[in-house]
Amino acid sequence: MSDILLAAHNLSVRFGGVLAVNQVSFEVQRGEVFTLIGPNGAGKTTVFNLISRIYTPTAGHIDFKGQTLTQVPPHAVAGLGIARTFQNIELFEHASVLQNLLIGRHVHNRTGFWRQLLFTRSVHEAELATRRKVEEVIDFLDLQHYRDTLVAGLPYGVRKVVELARALSTEPDLLLLDEPSSGLNMEETSDMAFWIQDIQHDLGITVLMVEHDMSLVSKVSDRVLAMNQGEVLALGTPAQVQADAAVIEAYLGGADDAASLRRVA
Amino acid sequence: MRFIFKTDYDQDIRIFKHGGHVFWYGLLLAFLVAAPWLIEDYWLAQMTFVMIYGVVGLGLMVLAGYTGLFSMGHAAFLGVGAYTEAVLAAKGWPFPVSLAVAAGLSAAVGAVVGLPALRVKGIYLGIATLSFGFIVEEGLARWDSVTGGNAGMHVKAINLFGLDTSSNEGFYGVCLVVTVLSTLAVINLLRSPTGRAFVAIRDSEISAQSMGIHLARFKTLSFMISAALAGVGGALYAHKLQFISPDQFNILQSVDLLLLVVIGGLGSVHGAFFGAIFLITMPQLISLGKDFLPAFIGQAPGLQGLVYGLVLIAFVMFEPMGLYGRWLKIRTWIQLFPFYRKGMFKRQKSFQKSDRLK
Amino acid sequence: MQELQVIFSGIAQGCIYGLIALGFVLIYKATETVSFAQGELMMLGAFCGLACVSGLGLPYGLAIPAAMLAMAALGWLTERVVIRPVLGQPAFSIVMLTIGIGYVARGLITMIPDIGTETLAFPAPYKDTVFTLGGVVLGATQVVVVLATAALSLMLFLVFRYSRVGIAMQAASQNQLAAYYMGIPVKRLNGLVWALAAAVAAVAGLLLAPITFVHANMGFIGLKAFPAAVVGGFGSLPGAIVGGVIIGVVEALSGFWLPEGFKDIAAYIVVLLMLVLKPNGLFGEKLRKKV
Repeated sequence: MSDILLAAHNLSVRFGGVLAVNQVSFEVQRGEVFTLIGPNGAGKTTVFNLISRIYTPTAGHIDFKGQTLTQVPPHAVAGLGIARTFQNIELFEHASVLQNLLIGRHVHNRTGFWRQLLFTRSVHEAELATRRKVEEVIDFLDLQHYRDTLVAGLPYGVRKVVELARALSTEPDLLLLDEPSSGLNMEETSDMAFWIQDIQHDLGITVLMVEHDMSLVSKVSDRVLAMNQGEVLALGTPAQVQADAAVIEAYLGGADDAASLRRVA
Repeated sequence: MRFIFKTDYDQDIRIFKHGGHVFWYGLLLAFLVAAPWLIEDYWLAQMTFVMIYGVVGLGLMVLAGYTGLFSMGHAAFLGVGAYTEAVLAAKGWPFPVSLAVAAGLSAAVGAVVGLPALRVKGIYLGIATLSFGFIVEEGLARWDSVTGGNAGMHVKAINLFGLDTSSNEGFYGVCLVVTVLSTLAVINLLRSPTGRAFVAIRDSEISAQSMGIHLARFKTLSFMISAALAGVGGALYAHKLQFISPDQFNILQSVDLLLLVVIGGLGSVHGAFFGAIFLITMPQLISLGKDFLPAFIGQAPGLQGLVYGLVLIAFVMFEPMGLYGRWLKIRTWIQLFPFYRKGMFKRQKSFQKSDRLK
Repeated sequence: MQELQVIFSGIAQGCIYGLIALGFVLIYKATETVSFAQGELMMLGAFCGLACVSGLGLPYGLAIPAAMLAMAALGWLTERVVIRPVLGQPAFSIVMLTIGIGYVARGLITMIPDIGTETLAFPAPYKDTVFTLGGVVLGATQVVVVLATAALSLMLFLVFRYSRVGIAMQAASQNQLAAYYMGIPVKRLNGLVWALAAAVAAVAGLLLAPITFVHANMGFIGLKAFPAAVVGGFGSLPGAIVGGVIIGVVEALSGFWLPEGFKDIAAYIVVLLMLVLKPNGLFGEKLRKKV
């Protein structure tokens, strides 16, 4: 079994005149937590969308478990073992939390249409098995209280957790988390950090995440990739990347800029 | 509200969630079976109509209420089923076979009509299905070698292995069996992965895709199921009326079907039947009410349209959950009496968000 | 030669489709609701004009603006009473609501004693005038339709492109809550849009009345306006007119060249082709949700 789960090779995508992602290459090892950071507009979510096959790269390719993703249709990505959460929550609003998670088990469904129509014994068994699996996820994330609540009535913090739960229900090998802590308060963010660590150590799932909260990034990440304007800036451990001069310039502006400000004042 | 203490996952998977359900639905079924001996012919015939429209409504409910795909030309499938049955019955084919063929042919047409659904959404899909509705209606009228064209076509009685079903009671029995089987099939589908996939497509296509749901496949499946049910209903419709013509399957019939699902309660199986009851009893109520209104209102030909329009507007404005929603509220009020709180079913005020960016 | 004749009447008919389509593209652009009531509003506009001329005895030149104003008021009232409370509901429910409005309008008209169920002639002063241009006979009714449509569409296009009101309408249609926050009087705008759409429908009715006579089922023509809007692209005002003309011409030529029955469904075949080839219409915008 290869150590490299996901590899992007010279990935580029162009939307009209905008080069959103430019020659981005990186590798994600099995079992690690790999984070993409960068200012807004850096292309991080675009990379996610390229992995989920919502977009097609204009150059370069992505390999997952050794297989190139370029021809894979979007609905087949989950079957390969990749699950994702969305930056602006994309839950099924008019269904309950439980139903959302049950939908997450869709890739594992083996029952055919006609047997479902008759709801045979095997379909019944499959439903029970699905329910048991989903309950494991609910236990893992403490969502018991919200099982039967319609998503439309849930507060934002809970919805983020449900989004995570739904992705976990697919039993992925690779979990893409798009800004898991955005909109969460301190307490919820630290809960999220613990969950990511549990996902990595207890469930053995590889996590690829986009994040802005640097304390969360430092706490859970094994390696960090910094991007800016569609290009790779730096790659390394959280400490290394945070100390990198190019990264500091992208986030804070360079020393020269500060000096010029002083002169004017 | 009855609080169900759940001890088993089966309670969520079963059709009947608790003993009360079994009791009431059992009672309903007993009444329906005994009806030919309990109620007079005229009302039996009306109930037959309710069941026929209920089956068609089920189909549209699956498509529009559960998958979120709006078909504004659904009468086309009704027509395909009706004419297929009429033609095959004339050839002497046994009823179960002709029914299956009618369903199958409607499903095939449904798959074709569903093709635009794979590319366009929302109002565009509505207009595409509307267009198909007109084309099929015209096709039925032009293809007179088979359908008899605008002159219409007589329909022979049901050929059920020699059993006499030409009587009111016999036909009622056939409809009852078909209706119960169809309803069970739809309920089964809705509580299994396919039904959940439909709901996922309705609520968020992009995340449905990321959960592994093949959009094209399930949208086509939804169209096919919906069309097949409409075809089955159409076959029964043909035998009920004993005479069909293309203008019975026009835009007004399609709008009637939409009225059925909206007024019945979008997104529920009960809604299909509540809507069917509405559609069949409304004209009766209007006839009854005519005598109490001044002549220029009561005798106007447009009265039925006016009443339908007003009822539709009233439901969309005041009871968006439809008749089934209103029934749920009443039932909750009765169960909680006198502790029913006014805001229990209040929806959160929502602002309009652009459908183009969905 | 006959082809030209047929094409011209197709253009005139297409302009009517275009005007009705213009009405609901207006409403769609501003509130993203689709109104199936435009056909019936057109029918009401025609009856209104008839009432002004025959009933009130107004001269034709006054009857037109009078009818337009009356219909605008009706449109505003409809929005205020019926549409405003339901905004925020799913698009499909609102479509059903507008279908209901159409039913109510048709029902009410047929209730008017003596007039509702009849087909009535509309005394337009130019009704009987005919022009002959190089062998092609052009009825003044048709010429007026084309000219009026052109003038009206130009005016509306300018309003939407260059005025603050137009831009505000577009903002409100894309995100109502954000529009509120920006201080846009969304409710007032919506009322204005419906009034405008009703006035446009009234114009369509007044132009159509001399050609098809005034009767309660006039509104069914409105169904053909949807293909027009789709062909042009649903968010585009000039598209609505262009789409309408295309549909009108195709329909007229189908009636002329193809066997019986094709004329009625020509519009729908065109729209299906359009949805397959270019789903966003000729001038439509291609939008995609960014996740």
